[in-house]
Amino acid sequence: MSEPDAYEYEHHIVSPKIYVAIFVSLLCLTALTTAASYVEMYVFNVVVALAIAVIKASLVVLFFMHVKYSPKLTKLTILSGLFIFMGLISMTLSDYVSRAWGRW
Amino acid sequence: MSATIVSLPDQSTARIPKMNFLSKENGLLSWLLTGDHKRIATLYLISITFFFFIGGALAGLIRLELLTPQSDLMAADTYNKVFTMHGLIMIFFFLVPSVPATIGNFVIPMMVGAKDLALPKINLLSWYLYIAAGGLMLYTMMIGGVDTGWTFTTPLSTHYLNTNVVPAGLAVFIAGFSSIFTGLNFIVTIHKMRCPGMTWFRLPLFIWSNYAASILMVLGTPVLAITLVLVVLERTVHIGVFDPKLGGDPLLFQHLFWFYSHPAVYIMILPGMGVISEVISTFSRKRVFGYTAVAFSSVAIAVFAFFVWAHHMFIMGISNYAALVFSLLTMLVAVPSAIKIFNWSFTLYKGSITFETPMLYSIGFLGLFTIGGMTGVFLGATGTDIHLTETYFVVAHFHFVMVGGMLMAFLSGIHFWWPKWTGRMYPEKLSQFAAVTTYIGFNLTFFPQFILGTLGMPRRYAAYPPEFQVLNVFSTAGATVLGVGYLLPVLYLTWSLKYGQIAGNNPWQATGLEWQTQSPPLTENFAEIPIMDHEAYDYEWLERQQAKEVASVG
Amino acid sequence: MSDSTVISEGALAEGHHEHPPYQRHHFESVAQQFDATNFAMWLFLLTEIMFFGGLFMAYLLMRNWYYQAFVEGSHHLSIFWGTSNTAVLITSSFTMAMGVWCAQTRRKAGLVLCLVLTFILGIMFLCIKGIEWHGEWVDHHVPGLRFTDSDFINPALDADVYHEYHDRAMAPDAANKTEMYFFLYFAMTGMHALHMVIGISILVFMIFQATRGAYTEGHFTFVENFGLYWHFVDIIWIFLFPLLYLVSRHA
Repeated sequence: MSEPDAYEYEHHIVSPKIYVAIFVSLLCLTALTTAASYVEMYVFNVVVALAIAVIKASLVVLFFMHVKYSPKLTKLTILSGLFIFMGLISMTLSDYVSRAWGRW
Repeated sequence: MSATIVSLPDQSTARIPKMNFLSKENGLLSWLLTGDHKRIATLYLISITFFFFIGGALAGLIRLELLTPQSDLMAADTYNKVFTMHGLIMIFFFLVPSVPATIGNFVIPMMVGAKDLALPKINLLSWYLYIAAGGLMLYTMMIGGVDTGWTFTTPLSTHYLNTNVVPAGLAVFIAGFSSIFTGLNFIVTIHKMRCPGMTWFRLPLFIWSNYAASILMVLGTPVLAITLVLVVLERTVHIGVFDPKLGGDPLLFQHLFWFYSHPAVYIMILPGMGVISEVISTFSRKRVFGYTAVAFSSVAIAVFAFFVWAHHMFIMGISNYAALVFSLLTMLVAVPSAIKIFNWSFTLYKGSITFETPMLYSIGFLGLFTIGGMTGVFLGATGTDIHLTETYFVVAHFHFVMVGGMLMAFLSGIHFWWPKWTGRMYPEKLSQFAAVTTYIGFNLTFFPQFILGTLGMPRRYAAYPPEFQVLNVFSTAGATVLGVGYLLPVLYLTWSLKYGQIAGNNPWQATGLEWQTQSPPLTENFAEIPIMDHEAYDYEWLERQQAKEVASVG
Repeated sequence: MSDSTVISEGALAEGHHEHPPYQRHHFESVAQQFDATNFAMWLFLLTEIMFFGGLFMAYLLMRNWYYQAFVEGSHHLSIFWGTSNTAVLITSSFTMAMGVWCAQTRRKAGLVLCLVLTFILGIMFLCIKGIEWHGEWVDHHVPGLRFTDSDFINPALDADVYHEYHDRAMAPDAANKTEMYFFLYFAMTGMHALHMVIGISILVFMIFQATRGAYTEGHFTFVENFGLYWHFVDIIWIFLFPLLYLVSRHA
């Protein structure tokens, strides 16, 4: 992005075949996550559920939202949002988790 | 103070350019439907000045009440409402939009060499949201106000008060979206609208600091929005994420609220720091010392800003271990802030300093912000914080940063860009007098509050023990002087609109692109899109440029 | 890349000095205009992440504190409707993505069809959501307005759910935490539904414009940016579904 002249206007048109493939995998993953919740996996139930959700979301972001073909800036924007969101979660939880440790 | 760099055109022949953004179209509608960033900036300037004086009048009432130890001017309840409204109006309707939405809106597109902000309609929408929110806030005040303090602390705001929390919360919610749209617009403009040759490290530092503040606006404000929605829901339909009786947690409110509201203080101060960089460089005729360090310190402040919020909660029962981490991170913010202060001081070193009005305000900023920032380190240390928090020490601390820092920077910026904005100069001696008055009045008002705080006078009370009266009288007297200091600019700046001297393109001999076009600028800012072929703050380039012009005219 | 084709700028903005009518005056080129508005849309979605972020934070904390209440509360949601709604929304995302493709390749009829399908699927999603909300209203599971935790203190009261999951009876002070679960359920799905309503209103406007050929003359920025919004709302639901419906479904 050093030269503002160079606009990244290589506009990729994702082929409908890709869209169909993504669509089908999203439906399969939905079925999978519902099925997985009926299996007793103790703490791993939530891990599996979230992992599948992250995979689904990534598919949507990368292909439906064209991020795979987007400039670095777009990728950076998304990552910075996730980074700050993780900051909110982890720093807040750092308080709740360590509160149980009591005083020094 | 005889030395000056002000260079005005020959007054007998100089004229305000016939075609400019102010004269292009006439009539109320041409203003209300405008897409021009300079006109929107003007609308913002008028509106925030209006809210500043409402907030200021409330501050006057607070100081009058505190003249005597008893609560005699108003009842304690009324006092609570007055300081709450003062806080809400000053923070959300003055400080947050002050430099970005007025000065930033006006100069950012010109500084990067663009015709307008990337999204002019969104910019106008942002102003309308601001007005809607402001109207709602005034309505709240008229139907009886709100007395939660500006922090909407639960469960006070959700369970124990019968005042108008819902409309006030809604007003802040809408104002939040106004500032999100401003920030979003700036980020896009700075990334995508720079003119040919304008690389990141040729940008003026004002751009860097506004960019950092915009990131905070975009990422922080929505969290405040959802938190206020939850507060409103808790008040209206009694569902309680923050209600311990139902299993909720009031501290969660504090976490979410301060996740925005701590970065918010950097939203307020960072654009002000940008103004200081421009002004100090221009009036010492030197490139800002350590340009890269100053630029990255803005970004560093923006990043650190998100990881220090719990220092507002040290006494609220958060874990000792978390307090330790947050205290440490808070200390870290002092590093980039100090980088800025030291680099501005080094810019002054061996510079050709002149003391025009913007420079006086900026020097005031350096001193007051340093005190405000250093007392922030006291408050960031958990031990001293437990003694000093909820006392007047905190009040003095954030007023030193916000009023002594941000407001000084805002006035500095207004005086600096006023000739560009209107094409006219204000009376120099009178404005210098106003700057000095503000400085004296400010110190007289707020310095005694540091002492009051260390002595243990709590904040947010209408009455206090009689032994604190002397210092409070000083403070109220200072507030009077401060009031005069703020009224003067309104008077002489308005006067200058008609009677001021013609300023010409570049009265300060500054290097920014905005000074290389006419004043007031054209609606499109530049006759043709500029090409940036030199570094920021390159005063030799400016001299060569002027020599060339003289040669070609001759 | 083999899975995509590339349009260069020249194909859209013919000629060097003649600007297409949709280029706003303050942009130097269509490319700049597209880049700027696309980036702005992403920044707006960034604010949306943080907006929902606050709710997710509250959910995370409360779920850790009152796990049992969250498990048994979630048993009272319909897995059938929840899964179908996920499928409906994913399908609408697919039709939206196809709509963007139609706009890019200047297929007017296809674009209108895709937008109408997206609109119908969006309405369908809201209807199903309405059916579910109505069910919670009937069951007295609407916190603040119409709520009782008696079928958590005595799970046998709700025969269907009890038959399927054999939930343990909860002590009253644990059972009343299900109100927290249902509050977060309503806050999160409600906020999500609000975004759907906004999206559907914009869709109506877009269908009207598309029938007049507004987006199939090379200027498809609006469709593309709206698509980003629509997919984002889909992603929020992709997370809400496992978090609210699938806390723990095994008996």
